[in-house]
Amino acid sequence: MIDWQGYIGLILDGAAVTAELTVMGAALAVVAAFAAGLGRVSRYWPLRALATVYIEFFRGTSIFVQLFWVYFVLPFAGITLQPLQAGVLALGLNVGAYAAEVVRGAILAVPRDQIEACVALNLTRGQRMRNVILPQALPLMLPTFGNNAIELLKGTAVVSLISLKDMTFQAQVVRAQTGSTLIPFATILVLYFLFASLIGWAMRRLERRVTRGLDGVRA
Amino acid sequence: MPAPIIRIDNLRKTFGALTVLDGLSFDVAPGEKLALIGPSGSGKTTILRILMTLESISGGHIEVCGEQLYHMPKGAALVPADEAHLHRMRRHIGMVFQHFNLFPHKSVLDNITLAPMLTKGEPRAKAEARAMELLDMVGLADKARAMPAQLSGGQKQRAAIARALALQPRIMLFDEVTSALDPELVEEVLLVMKRLAAETDMTMLLVTHEMGFAHEFADRVLFFDRGQIVEQGPPDRIFTAPSEPRTQAFLRKIIAAGHRV
Repeated sequence: MIDWQGYIGLILDGAAVTAELTVMGAALAVVAAFAAGLGRVSRYWPLRALATVYIEFFRGTSIFVQLFWVYFVLPFAGITLQPLQAGVLALGLNVGAYAAEVVRGAILAVPRDQIEACVALNLTRGQRMRNVILPQALPLMLPTFGNNAIELLKGTAVVSLISLKDMTFQAQVVRAQTGSTLIPFATILVLYFLFASLIGWAMRRLERRVTRGLDGVRA
Repeated sequence: MPAPIIRIDNLRKTFGALTVLDGLSFDVAPGEKLALIGPSGSGKTTILRILMTLESISGGHIEVCGEQLYHMPKGAALVPADEAHLHRMRRHIGMVFQHFNLFPHKSVLDNITLAPMLTKGEPRAKAEARAMELLDMVGLADKARAMPAQLSGGQKQRAAIARALALQPRIMLFDEVTSALDPELVEEVLLVMKRLAAETDMTMLLVTHEMGFAHEFADRVLFFDRGQIVEQGPPDRIFTAPSEPRTQAFLRKIIAAGHRV
């Protein structure tokens, strides 16, 4: 008879690692997305160029390769990261590149007449962005940010490659030790689904919050 | 005759191959109420947008409150203005738009207080007190906490007028402010503007298709066609005895369309 309680405990430990990676990766992704998204619409070309290179590089290469570089190649440049740090860095920058395009698209979707009103009221570029454009662009970003966050959650499985014990890694361990595939993989299936549902729920709440008062303004 | 508050000199504006304004010159006296009329595409709105720095110019000079708008002195020469210069010059000018352009995510009150707080550093209490006075003036004191989406078109435009007034510009531009309104809502906006014209010494430039209102409101009417002033003069003369055939034809068309003059 297999002691499932212990094995499920292992998987739950892994779930904690997955949650940690997702939350920290998402935090980094948000920062990277706004930095690069704003960079893309900057009037200074070096900022635009820098943002474009970052976005194209991280969207154009696989997360698998990026993770290997961060963990195994950066040490040659004198930068050694803990596995968790490396995982957060690679995942955050990867998802941040996709989300940066969401930020850019939402900023450009704010109607031109809003910017003209800002000019007529003599707001500076920074004041326009902070007080008028971003507050209206944010509701447009959130649905896609929710998708990005769920992609990030599922992407965390790749970190088992650099010896992080996330829940997919633990499921593999349990499978190897018990010979059962069904139980560990059914468990993580349910766990991933629960995590993704939690993200979806949180994003919907956030959406409701930031669109309050905007009802009927845009579809 | 006091020095003009606006001096437009040989202004040119092209959009690609299309010449919208071609060597346009006119002055506006401080406190003058000017109505710009003419067929669509005649360049009237472009003039307002250029004065608000929403468009660039293709040639010529504009002086506002004694300073060049699109140029700044550098040594003995004039060079194209930078953003800092434009920012400084915009203090003199406010604009009300055809489609109101209220900020949908901010209450009526916050729409009005935003710019005074940000650009003049006014404390919130002072900005709100002034905003309430302005809302009272435009008859919207009870809508201070409402969101723009909860207002009718006429109420939105009155809120937008209050917002533009909050910065106390010396020059106010009205760009077809009643064109987007349902006919029964036009009157309430015009009433506010009439009061404003009577009670302030602000210089006002009005682009409109409401000839009756232009007649009442303006000290001087400029009739535009194809980027040039065809005829100008006091409203009584322009509307009752225009001398140019193009003005006559335009006014006939407008009257035929059911507008009163």
